[in-house]
Amino acid sequence: MAEVAIPAGELAVRRWVAGSGQSGLRVALFLLAPFFLVLLVGPWLPDWLRIVPKDWSAPFVGWINVVVEVLRTEEVFGLFTFRDITRAIANLIDYPLDFVEAVLVAGFSDSVPGLPWIAVTGLAIVLGWYLQGRQLGIVAGFCFAYMAIFGKWELSMVTLSVVLVAAPVAGAIGVALGIVAFKKAWFEKLLWPVLNVMQALPHFSYMIPVAIFIGIGHKAGTIATIIFAFPVMSRLTILGLKGVSPEVREAGIMAGCTKRQMLWKVELPAARPTLMVGVNQIIMLCLAMVVLASFVGAKGLGHDLLNRLRSLWIGQALEIGVVIVFMAIILDRLSQAWAEKEPEHAREGPFHVRHPFATAGIAVVVISYVLAAFIPALQLWPKSLSVTTAPMWDAMIDAIVVYAFDYLELIKDTLLVHVLIPMRDLYLLLPWSALLVFAVTLGWYYGGWPVAGIQALFALYLAFAGFWERTLITAYMVSFAVIVCVTFGSIVGIWAAGGPRRSKVVELILDTFQTFPSFIYLIPAIMLFNVNDFAAIMAIVIYATIPTTRLTIFGLRTVPHDIVEAAIASGCTPRQVLWKVRMPLAFPAIMLGINQTIMYALFMVVIAAFIGTTDLGQEIFRSKAENDAGKSLVVGLCVAFMGLMADQLINAWARERKKVLGLE
Amino acid sequence: MVLDAKIACRNVWKLYGKDPEGLLAAHGGNPPDDAILEDGYIPAVRHATLDVFPGEILVIMGLSGSGKSTLVRCLSRLIEPTAGEVLFDGQDLLKIPAKELIEIRRHKMGMVFQHFALLPHRTVLQNVAFPLEVQGIDRATREKRALEVIELVGLKGRDGYYPRELSGGQQQRVGIARSLAVEPDVWFLDEPFSALDPLIRREMQDEFLRLQTMLQKTIAFITHDFDEAIRLADRIAIMNEGRIVQIGTPEELVTRPADDYVANFTRDVAREKLLTVASIMEAPADGETLSDAAVRQTDKVADVARLIIDSELPLRVTDGDGRVIGAVGRAHVLDMLFATAGEARG
Repeated sequence: MAEVAIPAGELAVRRWVAGSGQSGLRVALFLLAPFFLVLLVGPWLPDWLRIVPKDWSAPFVGWINVVVEVLRTEEVFGLFTFRDITRAIANLIDYPLDFVEAVLVAGFSDSVPGLPWIAVTGLAIVLGWYLQGRQLGIVAGFCFAYMAIFGKWELSMVTLSVVLVAAPVAGAIGVALGIVAFKKAWFEKLLWPVLNVMQALPHFSYMIPVAIFIGIGHKAGTIATIIFAFPVMSRLTILGLKGVSPEVREAGIMAGCTKRQMLWKVELPAARPTLMVGVNQIIMLCLAMVVLASFVGAKGLGHDLLNRLRSLWIGQALEIGVVIVFMAIILDRLSQAWAEKEPEHAREGPFHVRHPFATAGIAVVVISYVLAAFIPALQLWPKSLSVTTAPMWDAMIDAIVVYAFDYLELIKDTLLVHVLIPMRDLYLLLPWSALLVFAVTLGWYYGGWPVAGIQALFALYLAFAGFWERTLITAYMVSFAVIVCVTFGSIVGIWAAGGPRRSKVVELILDTFQTFPSFIYLIPAIMLFNVNDFAAIMAIVIYATIPTTRLTIFGLRTVPHDIVEAAIASGCTPRQVLWKVRMPLAFPAIMLGINQTIMYALFMVVIAAFIGTTDLGQEIFRSKAENDAGKSLVVGLCVAFMGLMADQLINAWARERKKVLGLE
Repeated sequence: MVLDAKIACRNVWKLYGKDPEGLLAAHGGNPPDDAILEDGYIPAVRHATLDVFPGEILVIMGLSGSGKSTLVRCLSRLIEPTAGEVLFDGQDLLKIPAKELIEIRRHKMGMVFQHFALLPHRTVLQNVAFPLEVQGIDRATREKRALEVIELVGLKGRDGYYPRELSGGQQQRVGIARSLAVEPDVWFLDEPFSALDPLIRREMQDEFLRLQTMLQKTIAFITHDFDEAIRLADRIAIMNEGRIVQIGTPEELVTRPADDYVANFTRDVAREKLLTVASIMEAPADGETLSDAAVRQTDKVADVARLIIDSELPLRVTDGDGRVIGAVGRAHVLDMLFATAGEARG
């Protein structure tokens, strides 16, 4: 509820809904009543109130395709088309991309080879050591040596080179937009909703427009990665700059800073911690996207993984999956160490004393080149010596199939027949008008009329976009997955919050899992359940359980200590402390976790379309095959708006709740 | 008097709300309380007028939300006042262009902040040299000057430290050093010691007085602590709900509080340490027999109380030239000690 004056009549309704006591049930009943009413009278409603007829739905797809066609073919000043411009800009990315790839692996010519693997590994050790300490150095060295010895060196370096080019470019774009938004209020108002939608759009929605305006290939994959990754940096730049303490800013003014000095010498350095969080996130997003961008032709690990999965060579796919996981872990640990690194005291003396790590790095490169000139195996690990784990994985999968196939099949079939299919049928009965009523009622109660209005727009878009049935199937898969995620995640979270050691272990596992590109999660799902709805839901569940678990732990562990002590002093049993004190106070945090779980699930459901589902993701997939940019965007927005609806409602609710609990 | 003030403000207003200028205009520049509150405006500073004279420590004292921080920010134009004049050396700061204002801040103003406001990515040396750096002074010169100030505030040898490696008191010394690096004429201190432990606070107050004896800056010092105000101030301005309710020396505030609000602060002050004999003496009654002993009118009561109480007869009070100008006896001392603020002799 906003601070604006509320008309007396509306206030009375609110009071009446809220009732006298703190009864959540009463509120829930009243808020859901209109929804169920529409649902019950559903069969008697005119057809157009249930599913918008095909010829009524707005031809969004056609409109967008017209725009795309104009941009693609119409010539500006009779000289070049919009697509020529985008392609020209995209060609610029080739220079850094080629350069980094040449340095890392490809070499500049036959006489000037790229860095030997032993040099890259050595540099990783030096970097890890410099950023955090010996331990991180060893981990970094291990990961890179693994890539070489297990025969994935070239693929890994191609993937790494895309990340090393895309992350700085995306970061620069993100920071620049963030700065402008921070300085100009109107630009922030414009940018913020765009960022919201961009961050809710599934990965694939970026790919088709990119494919059309830039083409298919390695370069296009890099561009898609950049576009996908920069919004998070803009957002964190705005947050970081706004978070600079007013006193620090005043100190800058009083020192006589000009506006430019203020930005570069005071505000940006003071916002460094937040910006560095952005650096870490942007690197991880780039890795996740570059793996997926293999769909538009990006080379590297993702490309090979995709091919193996398509041929159902699970063992080899797993092998590549492990390398991607190592890449994720090491990029995450290194960038986090960089973020946490405090400035160091300058040392005095000659170069190697002042800059010991730079010296070590130069030494590593020189020595490696010299050694590699004599021992070719140090330049590129020979294929004949490469270790492969694929047979082992295959054997393991065979064993699982032999011994567990019947049980897995049984679980799958039981769930499909008795739960999933009935649930899907139930969802397919849902009239769009019921969704509209539901969204507007909740939006109005928790966020006032503005929120209700936005909710209505989202719901109307879903109804009139022409993909209502697919939307419902997506909703069914996501909601089933979310229910499993929340149940499982909160149980694990409650257990883990029981003691500092437990939560530390679980958080470490979650941190690690969260760094993996989402594509990876398809591997075990396909491995165990083959290709169907159930496997897709399993993939979603593994991926999307993480945020609920994490925020359950966070919520429970950050309940103010004195409140817990007061409860114990009042004679609560541990169970009572949990259910009567800690859970209610942690609930807003848990809800935010559920919110993220929904977003994750929506992202994953689209990726999971790869293993054969019938939801919106499948439509996006098909549109990719048909090169239908309009459809891919319209369907992508369907997914994004579903996410944003949930996001807005949950956030409005959590704000309200936190206010009641005095947590803000 | 106006021309003498180093920095002064005249009828300064700061209102927050929809259209503060309109509200002021509608009421001839001086809207009554109910008009301000009725329309939902928040008055941060109302009708403030004060002077800070060269070399003086003016303490602006008030509880949180009284508008003291806003007022001092209006003086440095960190906050744009809604109306009024801010005179710096007789020139209205509100009328000068931005470029000139930057120049004034670079050379003539220094400010110390409650939470230190140090730049976390810079060493002590780089923090202190920062105001010189933004002026474009070369590295060698600015670092030499910064080292001088660092030594002045007692942090010699710590110039290579980062703020996170220093205690709160040391961090504020850096803040003080930074504000002094450009040798400003006017020095603003916004609750500089509030975030420190009581013992450190006392030490920093002494340090502050030591520096001021050497430097003779013109100072506007904000605090919410009346004891601190009394220790440091030449004059105190007390603010309440955005208004300056009284300006005067500590002694004046204690002996002649303008209203109950001021009296509330002064009630618990150790009067005997603050008041001079002059403020409690009386003209000798005709034919009254006085003791041969004498005290000076500028003596603090606490220092001579034993003498007065031990004497059967009232003592003579003399001025600087040794002339007798009054008499003081046991009764006066006791009255002063046990009188409530409202009844204090005036």
